[in-house]
Amino acid sequence: MDISYGADAEAFRKAVRAFVADAWQPGSLRGGDLKAFVRVFRGKAVEAGYLYRSVPRRYGGSEQPVDAVNAQVIREEFAKARAPMEVGGNGVNMTVPTLLEKGTEEQCDLFIRRTIEGDYVWGQGYSEPGSGSDLASVRTKAKLSPDGAKWIVNGQKIWTSQGGKATHMFMLVRTEPDAPKHDGITYLLIDLDQPAVTRRPIRQMTGMEGEDTFYEFFFDNAEAPVSWQVGERGQGWYVSRTTLKHERAAIGGADNLGRQFAKLVELAKEMGRTGDPLVRDRLGEIEGRVMAHRYTSFRLFSCQAAGEEPGRVALMMKLLLTEIGHDIALLAQELIGIEGLIEPADAGTRSGTSHKRGSNKWLDQIIGSLGNSIAGGASNIQRNIIAERGLGLPRDLALAGER
Amino acid sequence: MQFHLTAEQTAIQNAVRGTLADIWSVEQMHKFADAPEDFHRPSWDALMALGVGGLALPENRGGAGLGLLDAALVCEVVGEAAAPGPVIGQILTAIAVASSDNSAASDKLSAIASGEEVATLALDGDLVQSAKTAGLILAEGANGALRLVEAGEAIAIEPVQSTDRSRKVSRVVIGEDAEAHPLCGGVQAQRIRDAALILVAADALGGAQKVTDMSVAYAKEREQFGQPIGRFQALKHQLAQMALEVEPARALVWYAAYAWDAGLPDASRAAALAKAHLCEVYTRATRAAIAAHGGIGYTWEYGLHYWFRRSVYDRAWLGSPAHHRARAAEMAGW
Repeated sequence: MDISYGADAEAFRKAVRAFVADAWQPGSLRGGDLKAFVRVFRGKAVEAGYLYRSVPRRYGGSEQPVDAVNAQVIREEFAKARAPMEVGGNGVNMTVPTLLEKGTEEQCDLFIRRTIEGDYVWGQGYSEPGSGSDLASVRTKAKLSPDGAKWIVNGQKIWTSQGGKATHMFMLVRTEPDAPKHDGITYLLIDLDQPAVTRRPIRQMTGMEGEDTFYEFFFDNAEAPVSWQVGERGQGWYVSRTTLKHERAAIGGADNLGRQFAKLVELAKEMGRTGDPLVRDRLGEIEGRVMAHRYTSFRLFSCQAAGEEPGRVALMMKLLLTEIGHDIALLAQELIGIEGLIEPADAGTRSGTSHKRGSNKWLDQIIGSLGNSIAGGASNIQRNIIAERGLGLPRDLALAGER
Repeated sequence: MQFHLTAEQTAIQNAVRGTLADIWSVEQMHKFADAPEDFHRPSWDALMALGVGGLALPENRGGAGLGLLDAALVCEVVGEAAAPGPVIGQILTAIAVASSDNSAASDKLSAIASGEEVATLALDGDLVQSAKTAGLILAEGANGALRLVEAGEAIAIEPVQSTDRSRKVSRVVIGEDAEAHPLCGGVQAQRIRDAALILVAADALGGAQKVTDMSVAYAKEREQFGQPIGRFQALKHQLAQMALEVEPARALVWYAAYAWDAGLPDASRAAALAKAHLCEVYTRATRAAIAAHGGIGYTWEYGLHYWFRRSVYDRAWLGSPAHHRARAAEMAGW
């Protein structure tokens, strides 16, 4: 084994580093000026082949051959220089890959470039108040207009991140009410800027609400052109299952977890608890898990770079990360002790206000880690996936007809 | 970047797995468990014929020129089969002797590599595997130094009933007159101890994976309430939890062995954390496996207890998880 990236990658790293050093000099730019500078920088980075590598040039991408190691090197070098990467969000992570796989030429032309340049922000329209883990039970309806040119949408979607900024939504709507559950859904793109769409922020248990949190959306005869339907009518469930495995970040998550663990150790030091044998033991126990996660990430990354299937361990990474997050939360709660009685101010708040943001800031992680058990496939659903797809156990009888 | 097994490494594991499947069945384990012998000649000869003894020795010392990682992969399969030993003792003694300049000890190297001389470990306490059979003991000397002790009159051996029936121990007292060859001390002795921790972690990994696989297979075939019990979500989630603990831990063993081979600065800490983590995982996995099996798992006949017993051994051997986590904390300067 060898955890170095190899000579080719190191040569590539030099080129990336030189590019970033030259092109990313934002100086003291602020606000709109900075935004404009970022836009120009991203354009240059695409030109150089560093961003949007899986997106064809005709849609504004850099159209590079798949290379997991080089992709990782780019992430590392950009991060080191604090240079902006791709715009991120659901648009880049979900809409663009889905359109590249299943979209029409017209849809790709219309949406991809403006999404990766950050003009279009996409909300996800999957969950509904009555459809959580049982996603295929969506009840938001769409019917064709009398002239057959538009879908008319009625219903409610919930848990849409970036919902305050979203300009568009990709959504699952029921178009064939008489078809079997999974075969009656259509995948639809919709413009959120119309009077028939109402959005409302959801106040989370953290107390947060607004721009940066989740929204719910109400559709009251909202319209979308039929040409904005992705894939066949009634096949939306399968369109939504489209997953592109292009250069997916594997090590990034492990680096974040490693940093979080390092902060936990710092917290133990700050609180004067590193001499406590119970705390030392607990830290060691968590570190064992953190390392297992870290080197499994390396394993997945290595398999990906070699074009090999890693097997069932790939199904475990989300739950593993969630569980380690809970371990960290529990120890952090022990460590902050009475400090936890004061709710921390929002991240980014200046100190000196009546709200303290000291070690109590760990409450963000302590509460936030609970969200990881729910978002993106609840933990019990993850356990089903590991057991059924990973271990080959039979499906629950109640779900035997499901897919 | 290469951080998954090569085809060659998988082939080595499969060769060991196939060999042990032929020789070391549960029936065989039952026979051995109640027999007075502390050594199983057929499985030993078969493993040594594969070159396991000298696996991690350089080619110019009569070995296969592979690393500790490859040795760990073999120990993983040995743990999976709950095979008798002293395999870890043999591999480790070979490494320790090869890295020493003691010529009297070096003279024994080819017999260790071939398996002709059986070598066992006395690195913590006085309970020693296969002591009645072993010709050599890699033992602790003064101030943590390591020495190679030859079997003979000066070694007192008192048989005990071993909890682990696959690796039977005796109480051993090494007399002052014992023939002993000093091998190394200080940093080098610690390095050998680190290697031992990694090989035990690998044994635990193999065992934990095995009992998980056994539980999954049983859940697919055992029926209650008119259906395979593996269809019930409660059990399914318990099995998923076992897999979730075992499978990611594999990469920690790989890393610890890789770090040892590459001489990375965090190698000693990685070995400590790997030993602690894997033995914890093994303990939990064997308990969960017996729970998942129900009554049959509690019988002697079914044999699941052999892995449970082995998990008790691996956990306590060379220091418990808490001991190694305390060491890791110390090494980190917390």
